[in-house]
Amino acid sequence: MDIKHVAALANLTLTSSQAKKLPPQFTQTLDTLAIINELDTQNVEPTSQVTGLINITRPDKIDPSRILSQASALSQAPRTHAGYFVVPSVLDAQ
Amino acid sequence: MLNKLTLTQAQAGLKNKDFSSQELVSACLEQIQKHDKKIHAFLHLNENALQEAKHIDTRLTSSSSTKPLAGLPIAVKDNFLTVGLPTTASSAVLAGYMPHYESLVTRKLKDAGAIIIGKTNMDAWAHGSSTETSDFGPTFNPWQTDHLPGGSSGGSAAAVAADMCLAAIGSETAGSIRQPAAWCGVTGFKPTYGRVSRFGVVAMASSTDSPGPLTKTAVDSALITQVIAGHDPQDATTSPQPVPNYIKHLTSKLPSLRIGLPKEYLEVMQPAAKPLVLQAIKHLEQLGHRVEDTSLIHPKYSIGVYTIVQRSEVSSNLARYDGIRYGHPRSTFGVEAMRRIMLGTYALSSGYYDQYYAKAQKVRTLIVKDFQQAFSKYDLLIDPPSPGPALKVGASTHDPMFGEMQDVLVEPSSIAGLTGISLPCGLINGLPVGFGLIGPQFSEDRLLSVAHQFQTSSDYHLLKPQL
Repeated sequence: MDIKHVAALANLTLTSSQAKKLPPQFTQTLDTLAIINELDTQNVEPTSQVTGLINITRPDKIDPSRILSQASALSQAPRTHAGYFVVPSVLDAQ
Repeated sequence: MLNKLTLTQAQAGLKNKDFSSQELVSACLEQIQKHDKKIHAFLHLNENALQEAKHIDTRLTSSSSTKPLAGLPIAVKDNFLTVGLPTTASSAVLAGYMPHYESLVTRKLKDAGAIIIGKTNMDAWAHGSSTETSDFGPTFNPWQTDHLPGGSSGGSAAAVAADMCLAAIGSETAGSIRQPAAWCGVTGFKPTYGRVSRFGVVAMASSTDSPGPLTKTAVDSALITQVIAGHDPQDATTSPQPVPNYIKHLTSKLPSLRIGLPKEYLEVMQPAAKPLVLQAIKHLEQLGHRVEDTSLIHPKYSIGVYTIVQRSEVSSNLARYDGIRYGHPRSTFGVEAMRRIMLGTYALSSGYYDQYYAKAQKVRTLIVKDFQQAFSKYDLLIDPPSPGPALKVGASTHDPMFGEMQDVLVEPSSIAGLTGISLPCGLINGLPVGFGLIGPQFSEDRLLSVAHQFQTSSDYHLLKPQL
């Protein structure tokens, strides 16, 4: 596993200690997981959910009791500004 | 000692005016004060519990309340959003988080008159089978406090075992209700996936997460499930199937059932624990049921399937914790959460998706079909929730797949979305062992009825730890 690449995909930062300790643990885990290759799954359909439910929809109606007020929505944010969430910059200054 | 009552006993006592809800709540709070320093089942207590109880008492005296859980103190696992009480999923990322909305389960409990006495400790993000990975310190097993309570609903299981509440709510992704119930000597019930709404539950693996009760008896499990089960438009995976009257089913006569005993499951049991499970099986036979040997896909394959599917879904579900709208930055994730997120991300990533996630989904189909075939012959299957009794504190730290390895016996039924129950069946060296049964989807009534029958003709579930 390219641990730095996976960490980047997962939006996680590894400490240097973690970058050393985790790879052998992942190797061990992946070795254990290889067992699933012992079973033949040719012509087997994948299962992504077990309810058997299909196309569950709801009416396109607003339920006011389920709307968060702006104040509530912002209430737990570490940084807000004039009614907005403040986010880290995603574009380079250039 | 009102805190030692079951929900059913307390219900009768309140109706009879033998005591008040305030007295019930006080007894639980006293027990928590006396013993929770060494058990650490609770993360937050509801400071308004007595006030709520007082309010219920007023209503109970003035009219006969038809609310099924009126005045009964219940503990709730800290991954259920409860407005007014912090909800952290035992993670530092959500330290201090005050929910923006209420989970469906706790909404239903409150509407039924229940008093939520507090939020219980768990493995952080439900990632574990020990409650040792909580970012706020482990919970200890009330039977022997140098042992683990199991997990991830370890706080809930310990709270029930220690009579700190009359019942508790937990959640199970694979084993997280049934395994801590087994390790703490209480009854743990996992309804069918989709039977109980996941709305407002901090998501772990969205395709297997199942909220459910941990209680002192199967009757109490039925009582709670009756309240929390049902279709919810806020959770598109909930079943439109009507909820039967579980309580009514409990008291009707059970026919003789055909119960399969998968030999592969028995093989996985620890030698010391196996005799207790065999003894419980014998008891079922004495009750008139037919237990027959059968064979299922070996549960060792479920470990691989479950680990990949769960960790993949975890990586997606935990992506929402950005530390921008609420909570703390992603750098506050504990190492177990990081391991799971990364393994899941890897299994879903380009170049590896087919080998891991897609393959796991296909093996999942084999497991689902295997059970369908088994249930065409059997009404229920034997499924002990854990290979053995509780392990010592520290046991989870040596294996990067500790949780998934411990849950080997419950992963097949969880992957297939089945319903299952864990019942106390005796002690080994002073630690409880759990006996288990699983049923096909939506066979809760059958499962609860057998469990109730088992408990009314035995007294393993009456054993309590010496605190």
